[in-house]
Amino acid sequence: MPLPSSLRRAAQLVLVCVALFAFMGAGDQAARFNDLGHRLMCVCGCNQILLECNHVGCKYSDTMRAELAAAIERGDNDDLTLQGFVQKYGTTVMAAPTTTGFNRVAWIMPYLALVLGIVTVSLIVRAWKMRPLVLPEGAITPIKGEELERFRSQARKDTEL
Amino acid sequence: MSQIGSFALLLALALSAYAFLAGTFALLKPGATSERLGETARRAGIAVFWIVLLAGVVLVVAAFQNDFSIEYIRQHSNIDLPAPYKFATLWSGQEGSLLFWSLLLATYGFVLRLRHKTDTRLFAYASVIIAAVQVFFLLLLNFAAKPFALAPGPMPADGNGLNPLLQYPEMVIHPPMLYLGYVGFTVPFAFALGALIMRYPGEKWIRITRVWTMVTWGFLTCGIFLGAHWAYSVLGWGGYWGWDPVENASLMPWLTGTAFLHSVMMQEKRGMLKIWNMWLIFATFGLSIFGTFLTRSGVVNSVHAFAQSSIGDWFVVFLALIAATCAFFFFKNKSSLRSEHKLESLASRESSFLFNNLLLLVACFTVLWGTLFPVLSEWVQGTKVTVGPPFFNRVNIPVALLLLLLTALGPLLAWRKTSLESIRRNFLGPALGALASGILLVALGMRPWKDVSYFYSLMTIMLSVLVGLTVLSEFVRGGRVIARHTGQNLFSSMVQLAHRNTRRYGGYIVHFGVIVVMIGFAGSAFNQDVEKEMGYGDKVSVGAYTLVCKSYTQDDKPNYSSEWAVMDVFKNGRQIDTLYPERRFYKASQQTSTMVANRSTMKEDLYVVYEGLNQDTGRPIIKIHLNPLVMWIWVGVWLIIGGTVVALIPNAAPVRVTAPVRVQAAPVGAGD
Repeated sequence: MPLPSSLRRAAQLVLVCVALFAFMGAGDQAARFNDLGHRLMCVCGCNQILLECNHVGCKYSDTMRAELAAAIERGDNDDLTLQGFVQKYGTTVMAAPTTTGFNRVAWIMPYLALVLGIVTVSLIVRAWKMRPLVLPEGAITPIKGEELERFRSQARKDTEL
Repeated sequence: MSQIGSFALLLALALSAYAFLAGTFALLKPGATSERLGETARRAGIAVFWIVLLAGVVLVVAAFQNDFSIEYIRQHSNIDLPAPYKFATLWSGQEGSLLFWSLLLATYGFVLRLRHKTDTRLFAYASVIIAAVQVFFLLLLNFAAKPFALAPGPMPADGNGLNPLLQYPEMVIHPPMLYLGYVGFTVPFAFALGALIMRYPGEKWIRITRVWTMVTWGFLTCGIFLGAHWAYSVLGWGGYWGWDPVENASLMPWLTGTAFLHSVMMQEKRGMLKIWNMWLIFATFGLSIFGTFLTRSGVVNSVHAFAQSSIGDWFVVFLALIAATCAFFFFKNKSSLRSEHKLESLASRESSFLFNNLLLLVACFTVLWGTLFPVLSEWVQGTKVTVGPPFFNRVNIPVALLLLLLTALGPLLAWRKTSLESIRRNFLGPALGALASGILLVALGMRPWKDVSYFYSLMTIMLSVLVGLTVLSEFVRGGRVIARHTGQNLFSSMVQLAHRNTRRYGGYIVHFGVIVVMIGFAGSAFNQDVEKEMGYGDKVSVGAYTLVCKSYTQDDKPNYSSEWAVMDVFKNGRQIDTLYPERRFYKASQQTSTMVANRSTMKEDLYVVYEGLNQDTGRPIIKIHLNPLVMWIWVGVWLIIGGTVVALIPNAAPVRVTAPVRVQAAPVGAGD
């Protein structure tokens, strides 16, 4: 059944807004520092994001923050900056897996699970809709079609819910 | 003291094993003799509770008596430890917390066995399964993680003390709540497996376990958020959730448990999803055990996992046994799980539950996947990677938004089939309200196009408004009907409405609590912070606040020494508060801990952390966070708990309204 035109227009408007919001972006140096600093881990063993490590006297976080600020100041792009950290501190410095090599699997799997799940549920729904209902002997024959709608409408009127 | 505790645990193991074996035998060979044998098994199970309780009491008494001859007490207590924390020693370490697990399981088993007359045979099955789980934990306590093991060498004068991070009031209640949740899922699991084994007809077992499941879910919810509040108040990094493996371990059974609470309604009302529900509760219990395994095996790095030990192998074997047992009985008796109805329409309550379950399970899978990916990565490519908050936020936030959308849609859909006209009629108002809230927020200065986190924040708030309005409309529509029939005002009618169907309307209150929590989460996109070394009279500004360092000083107490600052807080030039951020140094454990000073309002938290003294200048370094809407999270949790309690209250009997009979006026002169 096609959607009413008002609903279709509303859906289109929402889609345009989502696309606009998702693809527009702005970045200055402070924002980049904040963004990159939240994509790196402090390597002192505290298991905290670099910009959230709050240990006074931490041997790493101050130095790392200074290195990050220097890289941004130099004009290094995001990839180059992060790569520099990986080379110096190892792969565990990245707060999330990269999107290269085997690490891509980390990102793909959740979305794949979602897609597979939606497909599976849709197939289940379809199969259930097609499945004939086996009624025990002597059971009352189910009502269908217009008669069913009439009863439903009556029930709605009676309950007003 | 140690001998009493050890003997109690050994006796409890013997009795649990008896309850399991005798109970199994009685169920396999029905008859009068077996009935008596089954009764002895039940009583043995009851006795296990008293004996494990004795072991727990012995450990607590040992802590209060500073009995450092017991290694566990030496490791987790000290003479000057305040009394509440001495009590908390019971669950502060590996061995004690396993004893606590066992004690809670024995308590649940005790209550269950006392109520056996509800359905003697089903309860007997559940009792045997609980006894089997109890045997596992008592085996651990007797042979792998002994809480009463003696310390080597002469008795030390003092203990190592409790981890300072655990010396916080919430730590006295957070672990018990969490454990009540973890352990509690054993009960619905036991009933489900029992029902499967005995091919239990009908859905009565689900009605029996409904209260158990909801109580357990409530405890787990409470435990998770108490943990979040503790992290926020103690760890001093300004956040409440760090996607740490231990946090994830508690979230996973919560997600599957939430899915179960929804889908089980389909089985009750429509006789559908029987196989699904069975596996969902198996998975929930399995994830509770898996979470316990994660925190104790050293498989993953975590800031608050227990020390690495060999008990991980025990858990692997136990998990394998659980999976094999569940699979065996499922394949043996799956014919008893046939669905009684078919799905009639995609636009129905049934399909909304299916998609709700799907999203909750995808979220659970994502958390599990992210938690274990470092291990997988090391195994496959030889290098460990970090899977931290950026990963979890990026993959889970879209799923959470979809869930919010379904939370709004679900209540508007009827069982079996809903017409598009009905959806449009009920959904249009809330949708317009949500859209208006979005426009208002943009007009007030929210700029979702500047950062994806702002965009997510806006969507979260809009969808939360949508859910809130649909929930409200459900209350108002139902309340109006009652008001019309009874003449009560709308509010009283809504209260009566909730009382008539506590489960449904309690659930709506829970949904309302969830959106309040989500709005609290949305605030995190706008967090600000500033860090500064502050001398006397120094000022620092964040948001609308200005903080002035009035003084900083030190103190010494028996259990710890401390440094703190006195910070006057100004807003619009007027002093509104004084905060005392503190840092403590615990003598026994030689560790430090932060005591955050937090000025919390519904609008925002002014969260001040004393990070320590700069050794060169002798001045304190203060970090100030301005975290919007955090209090909404804690308020939302109270609503969730309130809603759960409402859902547990039995329904009131429906009010019968006598329809007025119109009496036709007699014509003038009639009857003359």
